[in-house]
Amino acid sequence: MQKRTVLLSAAAFAVIAATTNTWAQAQPKLKVGFMLPATGTFASLGTAIDNGFRLYVAEQGGKIAGREVEYVRVDDESDPSKATDNVNKLIKRDNVDVLVGTVHSGVAMAMAKAAKESGTLLLVPNAGAAAITGPMCAPNIFRSSFTMWQSGYAMGEVAAKKGHKKVVTITWKYAAGDENIKGFKESFEKNGGTVVKELNLPFPNVEFQALLTEIAATKPDAVFTFFAGGGAVKFVKDYSAAGLKKTIPLYGSGFLTDGTLEAQGADADGLLTTLHYADNLNSKRDQAFRLSYAKTYKMQPDVYAVQGYDAGQMLGIGLNATKGDAKNIQGFAQAVRAAKIDSPRGAFTMSKSHNPVQDIYLRKVVGKENVLEGVASKALVDPGLGCKM
Amino acid sequence: MDFATFLIQCLNAMQYGLLLFLVASGLTLIFGIMGVINLAHGSFYMIGAYMAYALAPVVGAAFGGEFFSTMVAGLVLSVILGYVLEWAFFSYLYEREHLQQVLMTYGLILVFEELRSLMVGDDVHGVTVPPFLNGTLQLNELMTYPVYRLFISGVCLLLAVAMWFVFTRTRLGMMIRAGTANREMVQSLGIDITLLYRIVFAIGVALAVFAGMIAAPVSSVYPNMGNAVLIICFVVVVIGGIGSIKGALVAALLIGIVDTFGKVLVPQAAGVLVYVLMALILLWRPNGLFKD
Amino acid sequence: MRHPSSFVVAVFGLLALWPAIASAYGVDLVAKIMIYALLALSLELLVGSTGLVCFGQAAFFGIGAYAALLLAPADGSAPSLLWSLVSAVVLAGAYALAVGALSLRTQGVYFIMVTLAFSQMAYYVVHDTPLGGGTDGIYMYVKPALGWIDLDQPMHLYGFIWFSLLAGYVFLTQLLRSPFGRALAGIRVNEQRMKATGFSTYPYKLAAFTLSGAIAGWSGYLFAIKDGFVNPELLSWHLSGAVLVMIILGGLGQMRGALIGAFAFALLQELFQSEAVFGSYAKHWHLGLGLAIIACVAFMPHGLVALPQQFRERLSGRAPSKHTEEDAA
Repeated sequence: MQKRTVLLSAAAFAVIAATTNTWAQAQPKLKVGFMLPATGTFASLGTAIDNGFRLYVAEQGGKIAGREVEYVRVDDESDPSKATDNVNKLIKRDNVDVLVGTVHSGVAMAMAKAAKESGTLLLVPNAGAAAITGPMCAPNIFRSSFTMWQSGYAMGEVAAKKGHKKVVTITWKYAAGDENIKGFKESFEKNGGTVVKELNLPFPNVEFQALLTEIAATKPDAVFTFFAGGGAVKFVKDYSAAGLKKTIPLYGSGFLTDGTLEAQGADADGLLTTLHYADNLNSKRDQAFRLSYAKTYKMQPDVYAVQGYDAGQMLGIGLNATKGDAKNIQGFAQAVRAAKIDSPRGAFTMSKSHNPVQDIYLRKVVGKENVLEGVASKALVDPGLGCKM
Repeated sequence: MDFATFLIQCLNAMQYGLLLFLVASGLTLIFGIMGVINLAHGSFYMIGAYMAYALAPVVGAAFGGEFFSTMVAGLVLSVILGYVLEWAFFSYLYEREHLQQVLMTYGLILVFEELRSLMVGDDVHGVTVPPFLNGTLQLNELMTYPVYRLFISGVCLLLAVAMWFVFTRTRLGMMIRAGTANREMVQSLGIDITLLYRIVFAIGVALAVFAGMIAAPVSSVYPNMGNAVLIICFVVVVIGGIGSIKGALVAALLIGIVDTFGKVLVPQAAGVLVYVLMALILLWRPNGLFKD
Repeated sequence: MRHPSSFVVAVFGLLALWPAIASAYGVDLVAKIMIYALLALSLELLVGSTGLVCFGQAAFFGIGAYAALLLAPADGSAPSLLWSLVSAVVLAGAYALAVGALSLRTQGVYFIMVTLAFSQMAYYVVHDTPLGGGTDGIYMYVKPALGWIDLDQPMHLYGFIWFSLLAGYVFLTQLLRSPFGRALAGIRVNEQRMKATGFSTYPYKLAAFTLSGAIAGWSGYLFAIKDGFVNPELLSWHLSGAVLVMIILGGLGQMRGALIGAFAFALLQELFQSEAVFGSYAKHWHLGLGLAIIACVAFMPHGLVALPQQFRERLSGRAPSKHTEEDAA
């Protein structure tokens, strides 16, 4: 009896060790660790980012700075409570050279913390929380996407210029929503407007009816909102169905209408949003990218794919400068900071806190596309509050 | 809040409550009559919504008149699905303890979500409201109420009445109620209780799937949409009393009110309120509001 | 099993030796599993030993975790391990006492749902109010220390987790052999009979519930220290469900089962997520996990612990026997 227990337990441990690769391995290739959602509401965004990044690497012939690229993927399930474990899988078990991720800000913050502690390169291809290039900033952490503050700030100026004075904001009560509204409020009120009411509901609740009635009762000049994914689809449809679209103009951060137009249908027609990308930029760079992406993946790219692609570009720039040494953080950072990244969205540079300094476009929904109306804010720099680098 | 706004909020509450009732009624039926806790009930709602999205073009091409024919096709498919699921899986759960049912159906949720991901993908989709239901009702100068939402409420009420009728006035209803009270006795009377349970399960599933289909135009179709509905449904069933359709209706409307007004009056506590309500009611009536 | 002590020695001995042979990741993984094992033990006390199916264990886990962070000193110095652990355990136990006092008035499936309701309440308080830092959670930058024990060092932390699990296991197995434990077993087997002999079952159930909550709080505290991060998902019903799966997987009615179940569940997840085994299908690991859970509950209702016995019975053709009181460890 006793011997069997001991043997069985030892066998169990051997199995753990074997399946989890707990012994260290040598790595001549460049190991890129993706921590992206494969399940849950953000799964399609994870796929788009993955696709974009791999497209860049494929265009370089599968090698960056002479090193062949090897991928490892972990599903983060957009669950912050498993984030530390998942990122440790990549850092400690798989010994990746570069971390790429993620979509959800809560998960990305755990990644940032782990990356800061271990000194591993981290490229954030979406999560827009200010903290990542704020208090948690580090020389080895870069963002290829945006901050929530940027698209909100850009729209604030637009709304004020259109003559609106009283605005109601509505979003989910979490960091991403709060920061987007904050950005809007900052520039809107600077330009003479007032946010008369800030409505919110718990994330990811999508029962908007009660709050839509509130909006109608408040009678503002306009409404500014942030929602994404399924919530964005439902909100736009509910807003239109409640008759508010005809009477109170709706403005939003680009996520309201990105990847959601097919589902929203006619309810989204004419909506103005701000984002660092649009569907018909018509620059040579964008067209080449879109063609290449469509040929490879048989679907149209979106802003998430661009962000993934640009993360690849940044990796390329940095590693080419350090001759492939992923541990030379100083050299990497120096190169990326000085670079002008030739992105399908338009060229952008890096801010001091490692966030894109980019044009925020004003787009209008026409049919199934977000069509470019103009530039809402040129070369917008996120303040990077709290970053001491 | 002025009176007009108050009335509109009541309308919102009622509409949300009625839809909740539709989904929860299937759950309470299965729970009450077969004693099976089915955590996968939210998945049926999700299946309904995805069916509305996926079937519409197919059925429309084959039969024309998209909306109603999609509903009918969906209903037929869901009854078949319920029948098959009961035969293949759920019938083994009747003799098991609640804990095992909880876990097996929990595993089923994971399976359904992944199958959905494999078959239809992970994108968000919308379902268009049929043109003849696409109007709005002008309530005051700013606010209109979508006719489709009124349609949903109407259908739910109709189904509630139909269910009451079937359970209290038909032979089938009589057999079902007898089956809950004493399974062996009913069997010894020559009634095929296995078939009966299978029919009840199929109805329960069909109710949830139908709710998903009918709500799809207003709720949109996205991954994990079943999860949020599931928990609230259990709250409805428990507050109302397991197995009681009447209880489910009352509880669903109560929750509709608490949720709607809670969001507007105390947004920070809105999430907690429903559970506080459930705890309070259970402490007052440990078996829910109504016994079947 | 007739010699539970051999099991304890074997398992804990191996766990103690693990850091010597495993990589940093392996140590991390086993530390996490040990924490979940302690949580599983606490639930086993309720479900397996007393027959109370609680679907809200995650709330006590989460309260212990949040207490670790919220009660840390504001000046950023290292909290005292003793005081922060004690307060986490006491807070979790207090919530368990309150929930238990109210929930134990219900029975059967209503009891399951009420425990879920209270757990959801705690979840929403943490999720929606500024008290818990909202959906994005809170970070801990300084780990507790006491004398020469500094939990900032991985080995100290591993050792402390190992010690906590051992202490919990020994305590609970001894408890189940005591008169108190016997009373709980009696309640599980037939509460009516207990009551008929004049036994007041309510205080025992409440005590078990509170104790279970306190131990769950301990495991939550350890989780927060190890991760350095807490977030409302620690209180979600998904975690409550996962712990239930763990104890059923391992085998109800035995503390050993909870330990084995925790390890087995973690291994299953690692297996299905492993790209080495499943390639690009690894992203659909929920499917494998769901099917595995269904299969386990369907074909191994007595859990992994009973597997050797099940095999022997199948081979020898004897009818399956029921577990006795002596097998409680």
